Amino acid sequence: MTDKTYLFQYLLRLADDHLILSQRLGEWCGEAPTLEEDLALANIALDLIGQSRSIYSYAADVENKGRDEDHLAFVRVERDYRNALIAEQPNGDFAHTIARQFFVSAFMVPFWREMESSNDLMLAAIAAKASKEVAYHLRHASEWVIRLGDGTEESRERMIEALDDLFIFTGEMFEVDETVEAMIRSGVCTDPSSLMGEWLQTVQSVIAQATLEMPDTGFMQTGGRMGRHTEHLGHILSELQYMQRTYPGQVW
Amino acid sequence: MSETATPLWEVFIRARNGLSHKHAGSIHAADAEMALQAARDVYTRRGEGQSIWVARSSDIIASDPVDKDMLFEPTASKIYRHPTFYDIPDDVGNM
Repeated sequence: MTDKTYLFQYLLRLADDHLILSQRLGEWCGEAPTLEEDLALANIALDLIGQSRSIYSYAADVENKGRDEDHLAFVRVERDYRNALIAEQPNGDFAHTIARQFFVSAFMVPFWREMESSNDLMLAAIAAKASKEVAYHLRHASEWVIRLGDGTEESRERMIEALDDLFIFTGEMFEVDETVEAMIRSGVCTDPSSLMGEWLQTVQSVIAQATLEMPDTGFMQTGGRMGRHTEHLGHILSELQYMQRTYPGQVW
Repeated sequence: MSETATPLWEVFIRARNGLSHKHAGSIHAADAEMALQAARDVYTRRGEGQSIWVARSSDIIASDPVDKDMLFEPTASKIYRHPTFYDIPDDVGNM
């Protein structure tokens, strides 16, 4: 593969992470436990959509095959999506949504900070904006982990279950394969596995404040980067792609 | 969530430096930190804010509507307290 195809692959993964997680958060719209959280989750979803749009547009330029951001977002088949599996996991109860956001945001904070000094000027520019946004996402999710964990008996049980259920999907964020290696070599990104220490520290410190135990580390689920998804992604796409599949090329 | 677990807070937003905080509305939250977050999420979505204050609604001492006449009626007849009796020199323009 050429550097361009590696870069395109890499951008697609990043954009898909943001789009799919955003779509999940959007499912809460009008149904969150409180009006305040309804808006908070929608705000985060919109931040993620904004980030994914910038990345898709750039990916479309890099690919240079006449596909635009909408085409990349809406008209690929399931196996062509490259998001990490954690992004597509169901909302579950509020604790599951918070745990998912917490794990992802704790990664995104150091990730975008490092990306600000990427050789790739477009990604560096996207990173400058994203850094501020994800800092808030992390704070929002962390405060909830602490309060649910150190809350009532029920909220505590639910928080423990959510952290346990989702932890298995966190390893994928740090994976280095051929594509990521090529990106590290050309200075586009830093080695994601080098962010593991900071991520663990963030996660451990919040979980300790929540008076909870770290989930058992062990086997980590993988596959999203190669297009092998959990059964959930197909259902997400049927909703996400409905308009473009039904009315191809439709615009606002 | 119950009213006792998430009491009501009043939200005040300062839009720009030099302006004062203005009452924006209210939100429910478990504690001060969550109230600030909720205030940010609900009331500063369109670039309205530079600074947020939150205060427990129950901590606000309000005047009794019954006292309205006693408190405010007497000022209605004192129009001389408004600075509207001065001739403004043309050079000053709009004030």
